[in-house]
Amino acid sequence: MTGAEPTCELRTVEDLEAIAKGCRREIVNMVKRANAGHPGGSLSVIDLLVGLYGSTLRISTTDPKHPDRDRVILSKGHASPAMYSALHAFGFIQESDLHTYREFNGVCQGHVDSKWTPGVDFSGGSLGMGLSFGLGIALSGKMDQKDHFSWVILGDGECQEGEIWEAAMATVHHKVDNITVIVDVNGIQNDDFVDQQMVLGDLAAKWAAFGWKIKEIDGHDMTEICAAINWSKEVVGPCVILARTTKGKGVSFMENNPSFHGKAPDDEEFEQAMEELA
Amino acid sequence: MTFAATRDGYGAALLEMAADERVVVLEADLGKSTKSCLFRAEYPNRTFSMGIAEQNMMLVAAGMASTGKIPFASTFAIFSERGFEQVRNGIARPNLKVHLCGSHGGIHTGTDGSSAQSIEDLAIYRTLPNMTVMHPCDDLSAKYLTIELLNHDRPSYTRTARNKTKRIYTEEQAQTLEIGKFSIVREGSDVAILACGVMVSEALDAAENLAKEGIQATIVDVHTLKPFDHTTMTSIAQKCGAIVTAEDHSVIGGLGGSVAESLAANHPTPLEQVGVKDVFGMSGQPSELMEHYGLTMSDIVDSARKVVSRRTA
Repeated sequence: MTGAEPTCELRTVEDLEAIAKGCRREIVNMVKRANAGHPGGSLSVIDLLVGLYGSTLRISTTDPKHPDRDRVILSKGHASPAMYSALHAFGFIQESDLHTYREFNGVCQGHVDSKWTPGVDFSGGSLGMGLSFGLGIALSGKMDQKDHFSWVILGDGECQEGEIWEAAMATVHHKVDNITVIVDVNGIQNDDFVDQQMVLGDLAAKWAAFGWKIKEIDGHDMTEICAAINWSKEVVGPCVILARTTKGKGVSFMENNPSFHGKAPDDEEFEQAMEELA
Repeated sequence: MTFAATRDGYGAALLEMAADERVVVLEADLGKSTKSCLFRAEYPNRTFSMGIAEQNMMLVAAGMASTGKIPFASTFAIFSERGFEQVRNGIARPNLKVHLCGSHGGIHTGTDGSSAQSIEDLAIYRTLPNMTVMHPCDDLSAKYLTIELLNHDRPSYTRTARNKTKRIYTEEQAQTLEIGKFSIVREGSDVAILACGVMVSEALDAAENLAKEGIQATIVDVHTLKPFDHTTMTSIAQKCGAIVTAEDHSVIGGLGGSVAESLAANHPTPLEQVGVKDVFGMSGQPSELMEHYGLTMSDIVDSARKVVSRRTA
């Protein structure tokens, strides 16, 4: 190990908002260049990611695999443009790497992949697996009396996967509290609105019934995001932050529009998006 | 003659490895069956009950492996398949060193019936890049091959069996086995019988009977199906010129499939396959089932005679 110990460089809410705005531009750029990818769920989750990196995560850009680092597990791994833009903003990868998104042999694979990208802790792309993976890391941390923390980001549609609830049960059973789940509740999944595909009902009540502590926030309000992150670290027991978000947030024609779950904008739309994100 | 089950070898191996603090054990409510219960009794703080939830177990093990732990996770072979995509995407793809053990493999499992008798596990796990796939033939080889996984640089799947069969190796012999290398347990030059798991002892019995007819058989214990020992396979094919495979598994994609692939690519040789002929099992005593599905010593003898007659001079 030659790199620096993991630390967190705390940012102000204003800084984080500015970083998130820059990330939004990168997300749209990446998807446009690749002419493919998932802009909607990337734009809904980006404030949550930036909030984590800038307010709590102890990480080391010079030693991304440091055993004492906090982990970010983007279980909704298709929102990779959001992850890559955050990894760029916080110093793990270069701007040139962002240009490899979905490219042959690129650092930035179509879905987040720990083998390819420094700072990516979990290989996603198949939904429902991230909480289990985070639980494994958290159990190891407890066994070894390390204080690293696991942050698992799920989509709301993803909560239709049975494995999520297997893991929710197991986390409580094993009394794991060095883990927090953040659900990006944007209300839309691949084919349509979540309520049309498979009603989730009262998500807060469901998590509470499994024994988790709940906080519901506006997932685009950086002050609320940072406050919820701090709350979850102070509360004893596993916490879930239900972040109400807007799919496609920041680009008017993508907002709350199921067709931009997994589609690149055309040239005209791209121009408009970049104007709106200027 | 000692009789023992390969699952007992797995349990013994876990205890033997316990001195290594990196070793952790995961169970899905079948620890008493897979024999991880032996580890639990001694090391409860390093044994994790995952409940009847195999998909979660796979990824929890992956997460642990990502931190440097060496997880050994077990359930029935068939139920491990419920988490197959988790193994594929969550373990094999990122090459996390998780070691799976699927017990109660094959028709030999017996009275539980077809739902519990995996006849496809070796085939499906073999298709995954990075995965090592093993199926030891006795308790001692199961023990020492499992212990060897401590220093293995890839994830693995090991099939064990529920019921007792003849012990093949001495303690000393079992310790010399190497993952990925065929073990030749009998030498002969007329036919080679490649077997795995419970079929190795059947193959040895078959060899004794064939010898009475003047047919000398090489018997190979293919304890590792992947990585496949193509080098030894080719030299055996060159020497014997006729091959029989014997497995308590579908003839599609398992040992018979592996051997067919290797021979076709490297040294085309007449081949007869003894195995489950693309059908599901049913309840019954192991001996009744093995006879019904054509998995006995005499089925191997018949196949050996047939393949010898096909051999080109």
